[in-house]
Amino acid sequence: MELTGAEIVCESLLKEGADVVFGLPGGAVLPLYGSLSRYPAIRHILVRHEQAAAMAADGYSRATGKVGVCVATSGPGATNLVTGIAAAQMDSVAMVAITGQVPRSAIGSDAFQETDVTGVTLPITKHNMLVMDVKDVAQAIHDAFHIARTGRPGPVLVDIPRDVLLGERTEFVWPTETKLPGYKVPGKAPEAQVAAAAELINQAQKPLIMSGHGVLISHAYGLMTELAEKAQIPVITTLLGISAIPTDHELNIGMSGMHGMAYTNLAIDEADLIIGLGMRFDDRVTGRISAFAPNATFIHVDIDASEVDKNIKTTVGMVGDLKAVLGQLLPKVEANVHIDWRLRIDQLKAEHPSHIIRESDELLPQYVVQRLTEVTQGRGIVVTGVGMHQMWAAQHCRFTEPNTFVTSGGLGTMGFEVPAALGAQVGRPDTTVWSVCGDGGFQMTMCDIATAVECQADVKFAILNNNSLGLVHQLQELFFDEEYMASQYTANPDFVKIAEAYGIRGIRVTKKEEVVDAVQQAMETAGPVIVDFIVKEDEGLFPFIPNGQSVKEMLEEPAPKEIL
Amino acid sequence: MDQTKHTEQHTLVALVEDKPGVLNKVASMFRRRGFNIASLAVGNSEQPGLSRMTFAVNGDEYTVGQVVKQLDKLIDVIEVADITSERIVTRELALLKVKTTPMNRGEIIQTVNLFRANIIDVGSESMVIEITGEEDKINALHNLLSAFGIIEMLRTGLVAMVRGQANGMANGHDGQVNGQS
Repeated sequence: MELTGAEIVCESLLKEGADVVFGLPGGAVLPLYGSLSRYPAIRHILVRHEQAAAMAADGYSRATGKVGVCVATSGPGATNLVTGIAAAQMDSVAMVAITGQVPRSAIGSDAFQETDVTGVTLPITKHNMLVMDVKDVAQAIHDAFHIARTGRPGPVLVDIPRDVLLGERTEFVWPTETKLPGYKVPGKAPEAQVAAAAELINQAQKPLIMSGHGVLISHAYGLMTELAEKAQIPVITTLLGISAIPTDHELNIGMSGMHGMAYTNLAIDEADLIIGLGMRFDDRVTGRISAFAPNATFIHVDIDASEVDKNIKTTVGMVGDLKAVLGQLLPKVEANVHIDWRLRIDQLKAEHPSHIIRESDELLPQYVVQRLTEVTQGRGIVVTGVGMHQMWAAQHCRFTEPNTFVTSGGLGTMGFEVPAALGAQVGRPDTTVWSVCGDGGFQMTMCDIATAVECQADVKFAILNNNSLGLVHQLQELFFDEEYMASQYTANPDFVKIAEAYGIRGIRVTKKEEVVDAVQQAMETAGPVIVDFIVKEDEGLFPFIPNGQSVKEMLEEPAPKEIL
Repeated sequence: MDQTKHTEQHTLVALVEDKPGVLNKVASMFRRRGFNIASLAVGNSEQPGLSRMTFAVNGDEYTVGQVVKQLDKLIDVIEVADITSERIVTRELALLKVKTTPMNRGEIIQTVNLFRANIIDVGSESMVIEITGEEDKINALHNLLSAFGIIEMLRTGLVAMVRGQANGMANGHDGQVNGQS
């Protein structure tokens, strides 16, 4: 039977197993919505703002490992996706964005709601395409999913003019292969490199594994942990690598970098070998690159050839899929104990106890995170926005399962916490999602609380409400001579009343004693709940390695103990 | 990064899909990553549906290595190679419009002949000269003709090819650009 372009999109989505799409209709994409109404197997979730469609697709993808799909109309619909697409690109998230475009005859005429969306998204997508013939629609969707999910994942945008969606019909033929002669997906690494890496590991006295997002994407966490255990190598996770290894695992020494734990960064300073797995040595991880890990040589494994030797000169740089490469590497690595090294790290931890939250009568935001994670026992999914609350969650939340920490790392997108939590919960409906929010970011996307209510998504929004753009405020305090500008709010809304307006439960917490009870009550309430934690406003975020500095300039809190 | 900072011109060739927007994707990558293109020439290749691009890129080993990797990462780029150190032939074509007077016309014609260049248009006060050759040869002619006054110059940018039977690309050439450490 001959189908319209819109029907072919729906058939193709089914073939790809995309059973959820996040979107918002508009003129140019309406033919697709007409077809979607006849495909009940594809669940469409209507967002309030297209930004949420992209970020929800992102959260969905990170929580499930599947490709997240979002849909928007031409012009403003598509440009509203942009921040979410850019975030997915920076964090290597598999996403397909489908946008309607003005009819072919109108392209280039500055027609109503016309934007050159493939032009706009060119630098923030892994790939994009404008489909100008209905006969190419199936191949385009097929290839878009393939590109999005394979290799280093990323967002792919498919722009389809209205008259391609609803015009000439054609036979639906699902492609058996991709038409991408220039697209290569690395697999194994050359044996000689693997052998060289194994030798470096076997000889190292003070090795560290730095485990990044790639370990989670490639489902290599099991092998990574096996490697760590076999040779007793301590594991550092990057921000996006958190949850690859349980927080309580004896070899997990936490997150490093700008707001990483002091002892973790100090261990890097002393290490003689860094094994970077599926991460990219970005500036938030390394600080000043010339002072990063000064005593170490580097092994780097990444599936993206352009990341190897980009920021760090490696001794062995391997391009390949982590699961395959770790499979090659494991048998060649000898069992080891590294007892002196591990004791040294224990000592650093005792001398620099920044992981310990100080006693205070006030409601400290870190304390909220710590109690929250105690109640959930590290189960479920934690989603964050960007800022202080994000770093406190990264520092103090406990995780027991992979892919349970969802955060905007590379782009640092405030407002991510609301829609991404929704997307994650829709993807994992049996799981409670805690969205740890800042009061700033929450207000950027809180319109999509309505979407969470419509979905009856089991998302609990924990606002660490310091009535300010806290991280900005701290930067102004430390580096701009306390010239505070535009970092404090004077009229935040009453978030409990916001909750009530959406017909959901809102809980306000102002005292330490109320935290656990509020968290429990939120867990016991079905559907979305907003908990407004009124935390100490001027609480600083530590440790802190200022931008472009090294571990030598790290600001610690609490202050290091006297060396015994 | 601690790399040798020795900057020189590299010649890269790439086989790319001949589709709308590909040149834009390539150019955009250079712009957003801050790489400089000295010249870029695009045209059909021997394979239908594929174009060949020749880039002249100035940079040190590290920067040019990054250019190659970032080009290779573009989905529409099928193969890319830095052929600077190969045995290659390079050519560029230039058109130069030179001011002439009855007094100096003879001298200009002599110079043009020395370079085995062609005069392709003659006016009462100007002539257009076509020259094909390696960059240095064109630069040399340009320098000599500057004395007479150049009204307009147009250069196509470098095209390059590896000598002998090799096509400049090892098919499925991953090892050539990937995994170098």
